[in-house]
Amino acid sequence: MRRLTRLAVLPLVVVLGVLTLGSADTQARFEDIGHKLMCTCGCGQVLLLCNHMGCPSLATESAELQGAIDKGQNDNAILMAFQNEYGPTVLAAPMLTKFNILAWVVPPALLLLGFAGTVLLVRKWRLRTATMPAVAHDPTANDLRERIRRETEV
Amino acid sequence: MPAFGSFALLVALALSGYNLLAGAVALRQLATGRRGWISPERLAETARRAGIASFFATACAAFALVWAAFTNDFSVAYITEHTNRALPAAYKFAALWSGQEGSLLLWAFLLSAYGFVLRVRHKVDVKLTAYASTILAGIQVFFLLLVNVAATPFSLVQGAIPADGNGLNPLLQYPEMVIHPPMLYLGYVGFSVPFAFALGALMMRYPGEKWIHITRRWTMVTWLFLTVGIFLGMHWAYSVLGWGGYWGWDPVENASLLPWLTGTAFLHSVMMQEKRGMMKSWNVWLIFSTFLLSVLGTLLTRSGLVSSVHAFAQSSIGTWFWVFLVFCLAVCTFTYILNRDHLKTEHKLESLVSRESSFLFNNLVLLAACFTVLWGTLFPVLSEYVQGNKVTVSAPFYNRVAVPIGVFLLFLTGIGPILAWRSTSIKSIRRNFVIPGIVGLVVAIAIIPLGVHPWTIFTTDEQGAFYAWITFAMAGFVLTAIFAEFFRGAKVIQQKSGQNLLASMIQLTRRNTRRYGGYIVHFGIVLIFIGIAGQAFNQSHEQTMNYKQSFLLGPYRVECLDYSQDSNPNYDTEFALLNVYRGDRLVTKLSPELRIYAASQQPSTIVANHSTLVADLYVIYAGKDPATGQPVIKAFLNPLVAWIWIGLLITILGTGIALAPNLSAAVASQRHRVTAPEPVAAGRAGD
Repeated sequence: MRRLTRLAVLPLVVVLGVLTLGSADTQARFEDIGHKLMCTCGCGQVLLLCNHMGCPSLATESAELQGAIDKGQNDNAILMAFQNEYGPTVLAAPMLTKFNILAWVVPPALLLLGFAGTVLLVRKWRLRTATMPAVAHDPTANDLRERIRRETEV
Repeated sequence: MPAFGSFALLVALALSGYNLLAGAVALRQLATGRRGWISPERLAETARRAGIASFFATACAAFALVWAAFTNDFSVAYITEHTNRALPAAYKFAALWSGQEGSLLLWAFLLSAYGFVLRVRHKVDVKLTAYASTILAGIQVFFLLLVNVAATPFSLVQGAIPADGNGLNPLLQYPEMVIHPPMLYLGYVGFSVPFAFALGALMMRYPGEKWIHITRRWTMVTWLFLTVGIFLGMHWAYSVLGWGGYWGWDPVENASLLPWLTGTAFLHSVMMQEKRGMMKSWNVWLIFSTFLLSVLGTLLTRSGLVSSVHAFAQSSIGTWFWVFLVFCLAVCTFTYILNRDHLKTEHKLESLVSRESSFLFNNLVLLAACFTVLWGTLFPVLSEYVQGNKVTVSAPFYNRVAVPIGVFLLFLTGIGPILAWRSTSIKSIRRNFVIPGIVGLVVAIAIIPLGVHPWTIFTTDEQGAFYAWITFAMAGFVLTAIFAEFFRGAKVIQQKSGQNLLASMIQLTRRNTRRYGGYIVHFGIVLIFIGIAGQAFNQSHEQTMNYKQSFLLGPYRVECLDYSQDSNPNYDTEFALLNVYRGDRLVTKLSPELRIYAASQQPSTIVANHSTLVADLYVIYAGKDPATGQPVIKAFLNPLVAWIWIGLLITILGTGIALAPNLSAAVASQRHRVTAPEPVAAGRAGD
């Protein structure tokens, strides 16, 4: 069974490998990390989206980023180096550290809690709903039903 | 004119104040049965008329400011700061909302205009309208106090009157800027009306759901204004800011999204109250929250609490909004606690697989989206308070947290309409879900060879392609579900009337405008989602270009034909002329510009965009290479963007249809005028 699973997974891995070949090259990493950093000129834009004419920060930060990628530093090290140099506001989103982790955790946690709460609430309501006694057949209601059917049909 | 404007604002404040006080006294007398020297009915009527008159006074003030802009009256500080002589007439009109004071005056004016309509149409329900009018007058008093005391638009310049003004911010000199802010304000301000009705209905323990029927159209129109305002802002950002995108998750953009999300939730959940008498407290709090979030959004924009490229300058005005926000919240909470027994639900949910449940989950997801946006917007402030340093919460955060929520919402958009009220049987689920499910699956497989590779989420840090893949598949599912709803209904009509299918679909829609208009809105929203998902495949290229030089981007070859410069009294401009080829065929000529405005010496990009249904070729003139003097051209290939604007048009159409009365009801109404004395509630039937 295990062998079968391996056989099934192997072509998948090969296909994935071929299809994503070169996806982590230097240019892609520059684009990726460049979109995780902010331009520090005060424009409030993501680094690679800053379109200020002659922006002094864009050129400097881009050169630093390219240099760090060329040196073979990993993404986290590059982001940390930028944070140390320019302060935490240079990161376009908070890192998963200490208090900042709350930024990432709170919204999905509340959504999950909301879901759980809603499901429990509906179950509770359903349990409380008493079964209605069967209504005796009333032939006079047939006219009314027919009228409602006529009025509500498309 | 400044003196006339100031006087008009004072009169408007006095009239609104009278409306509030006299209205409150009259309603108190009516509630307790006590009578003063004047009957409460007459007192309430004088209050109503004062409210109507306050509209004319506020309109006079707004007119005075616009007149000052058109006549270059630089004795008014606001006019000096936001206009100049060379400014085209349309933008002089826009000067009314281009600064803090003017935009607050616009807010007060629109509020009084809404109040005017509400007070004129008081016969819909005299007592409830009296409550709503008084509450609205309270809000009017706040905004009129602001423009009379804290942010006066008619302040005079100190010293000598300047010969010319500073001019309008160049970024605002764009046609959409003439309509985007008023639309947005119409949306923000408009939510005051359903808020006033809801609070009034709760205060007077109004029986039944009539207040919802009265405010349904108000809420939908307001929602539509806000939607159009938000999308006009997106289109403006796309066309003017020149960074290649339309939504930057800026705090001010987020502020407009907050009431939109809760307002959308309200429009859905209110159906549960109308249909089954459920979720009364929830609905009341949704509309309270929508109004409070509109105020909070304004507070964020104007107090300098969060850093934004849009925000008005920091000022003491934030304190006013804090006080107002806390006061409104206290009034809402107090009224709710006093009257909550009045909001007991008449039915309870019977099944998790039902229309009611789908609305409940839809509300939950919309509120989760609202909370996420609010949390992301305020987290930098929280971080500074707790850690002592500010962090940035920008696009990467929202892409990871808000996008999955949006995709789930899209899923619910498809599921909701095909579930039955109360409970849905397995057989019905199978019947309604199989075809949309198959279409969704087919789309999911078919788009993989087109370059949508969801597995990149496992091999890179990039999630865009994965969410785009899910979005396209979901879109296939939802669109099929919507079409199936139309098809099923139209088929029945076709069998009975012998009309063709299209005519049957039109008749079906006219018979239940609210339901099928709603589906058309969903159709528009799905197209918007498709357009947004295209963002995952954006490409860009930047190059310094000499004559006849070219570069390739996607299927296009962009060639520089010429570059030059020009000037007029308002601005100097540099531009490039580009030929765009697809293969050897000339597709279009583009001319991106860079303008330097004379008055402010601020640069502004004029984007050149070749838009097709497949992709936009979006080109900007990014400046001159200082070494060579040649233009630097930046081009973006943004797939599917056009579908966002098409989706908006369909959403507008759908909302318009949903607002129209049903065909059968209208016919019945005509008959009623001739024969029957019994009233007919046109347009109330629906789903």
